[in-house]
Amino acid sequence: MITSHLQLEHYLVVAALLFAIGTYGVLARRNAVAVLMGVELMLNAANINFLAFWRYVDPGRLEGQVFVLIIITVAAAEAAVGLALVLNIYRTFGTAEVDRVNTLKG
Amino acid sequence: MPAIWIIPALPLASFLIICALFLRPERSRFAPHVLIAALVGSLVLSVMAVAGLWHDPAHAPIEYRATWLAINPGGALQSTSVGGLTLEVGVLLDPLSGLMLVVVSLVSLLIQIYSIGYMHGDVGYGRYFAFMSLFSFSMLGLVASSNFLQIYIFWELVGLCSYLLIGYYYQTLSAANAAKKAFVVTRFGDVGFLLGIIALSYAGGTFNLLELESLIASDLLVPFFFGQSVFVTVVALLIFSGAVGKSAQFPLHVWLPDAMEGPTPVSALIHAATMVAAGVYLVARAFFVFHASGEALVVVACIGAFTAFLAATIAVVQSDIKRVLAYSTISQLGYMMLALGAGSAVAGIFHLTTHACFKALLFLCAGSVIHAVGTNDMWHMGGLWRPMKATAITCAIGALALAGVWPLSGFYSKDLVLATVATSHGLESALGAGGRTTLLALGLVVVFLTAFYMTRMWAVTFAGRPRNNEGRRAQHGAAHESPAVMILPMAVLAGLAVIGGLLNHEAVGAPLNHFLGAGEVHATHAGWLVWVSLALALSGIVSAWAIYGARAVSLAGIAARPALAIHRFVERKWYMDDFYHGVVARGVVAASALFAWFDRHVVNGFVDGAAWLAGVAGRSLRLAQTGQLQLYALVVVAAAAVVGFALAYFGVAIIPAASVLP
Repeated sequence: MITSHLQLEHYLVVAALLFAIGTYGVLARRNAVAVLMGVELMLNAANINFLAFWRYVDPGRLEGQVFVLIIITVAAAEAAVGLALVLNIYRTFGTAEVDRVNTLKG
Repeated sequence: MPAIWIIPALPLASFLIICALFLRPERSRFAPHVLIAALVGSLVLSVMAVAGLWHDPAHAPIEYRATWLAINPGGALQSTSVGGLTLEVGVLLDPLSGLMLVVVSLVSLLIQIYSIGYMHGDVGYGRYFAFMSLFSFSMLGLVASSNFLQIYIFWELVGLCSYLLIGYYYQTLSAANAAKKAFVVTRFGDVGFLLGIIALSYAGGTFNLLELESLIASDLLVPFFFGQSVFVTVVALLIFSGAVGKSAQFPLHVWLPDAMEGPTPVSALIHAATMVAAGVYLVARAFFVFHASGEALVVVACIGAFTAFLAATIAVVQSDIKRVLAYSTISQLGYMMLALGAGSAVAGIFHLTTHACFKALLFLCAGSVIHAVGTNDMWHMGGLWRPMKATAITCAIGALALAGVWPLSGFYSKDLVLATVATSHGLESALGAGGRTTLLALGLVVVFLTAFYMTRMWAVTFAGRPRNNEGRRAQHGAAHESPAVMILPMAVLAGLAVIGGLLNHEAVGAPLNHFLGAGEVHATHAGWLVWVSLALALSGIVSAWAIYGARAVSLAGIAARPALAIHRFVERKWYMDDFYHGVVARGVVAASALFAWFDRHVVNGFVDGAAWLAGVAGRSLRLAQTGQLQLYALVVVAAAAVVGFALAYFGVAIIPAASVLP
């Protein structure tokens, strides 16, 4: 049972904080695994938004939950591919720090 | 009636056979025989064709035609307003084309026989006869054409062949230049000709000569600019510009004297039967267009008369025997144009026919002399009548015929031309009686000049004593009479030059007049005109003989200052070549330098600028490519943030307000 003082805004603030932390991780962390974790955080922030809007705006429809399930699936696939990439980057460059992988420099 | 298309096809076959079998020097011995056999065939067929027409010239012209290419036949596609365009090939036989077929094949045949002797031992023997075959084919094809497009195709072929033959000695720079000059100068006229036939055919919906003739006669032409009469005048003048180029009329006559660089039989062919005759034939062929426009005829007459005078004066001072003849040809072509402009195709074609015989003869004589002496300069000859009696006699016949002395052929045709001018109503109504008299007076002056320069040429070449070493060697037997194979055609042509007048002699009922000019009013001879022109011709002969032959009058006596100035003016060819070289050619060069500068700096500048801009853009954008993936992500996030804030502050609802809360 949802307590009455917990409103939609609270969920949105949590999601926004989570998204900001994830963005910080993606942009600022040097370790590639940490960057992947930041991406996961951002995806889950989106999930929270989906569920909050579903629950408070239109609980009769299923789209919110369906999207969340799809995103979880995509996140799993992304984690698998991402970790495989990180593994290969480590093997090729001898490091997993993203700022040292800059051979695409123009 | 034999199939007419075989007449031009025979020289074409000869061309192909020579090219396939006899081109190599070691195998070229039988090349002339192939061509001569083909031309005999053409001549026989042409004579048969004319014989078939002779008794009934008013009979409808015989025409064979076939569709060559049909574009949008019958206007089925409806995409244009002009229906379809059907290109045809065909042959047309009427008295005019029949007569020309005979003249062309006859003169060409005699020149080829002569060439066997003249070109003997030349490295390019096979090539020479191959080109000659192509030349004969082109000219016969032009004459037999039944539509303007086909005439134009053969017209250009004739131009190509004269280019090839004038530049026959292509190792010589002057010959190569003369060939180029002939090709380029005539091309100026050809552009007008092409525009003219396109305009005419567009307005008439057909290229066919007979159809266009009936359209113009019944006023059914659909002119797409101006009115009917102005349109026809413009078209006639455009067609005439083609004839001006080909027939070396003022102001495009400058190529013909330079065309002397080719072998002499080639000059004979060009001057008598093919290249320059094509222009006159074209005007006669398209006479229905000119007839519909009085103004165009007057232009033709004036250009013809002026050209005749201009060239005759230049011929008087030339020292190269072939150049005398070349300017003489230009002058006589002017006569033909004058006759056509005065409204008589009969007079023009009659003079063309007689002129073809005696001018070919004169060139063959000149070739015979050059063959013997090895120089073109008359002042290095002299006294040649003793070793070269046959040449001297035939040359004298040709010269007298050209001068218009009774009873040789030139007398009759020239007389008809002058009588036509004297009685032309078209010229009188357009220019007034005074204008017509001026043209007639020009014609009469040219009679005197013609007699003068022909006598001068004969006297300087054949009379007197040898003038220098070459001449003296000639006297001691180095100069020999040409072989029989060269003398025979000259003798035949001399015979024709004597009796050619019979073609339109009143004693035998003026047959040419009936044959060609069915329906044309015959110019009645003004009695005094015959005597005046004859007197002028004789006085020209006598005065030239007095100066150059008998040396009774010393040149020093008349070399006063104004006479010298005139002499220089005429000798510099009225400064026409200098004008073209100094003004036209230099103007073209200056203009092209200007365009070259524009191209190099402006047009190229745009292209180079675009390349430079791309380079600069690439170099600066390269700085953004750091290879740091996180920087790219930062840019994406920052951009998204900017967009988001912008949307929030400028009050654009991301989600329509109604759907936010139920």
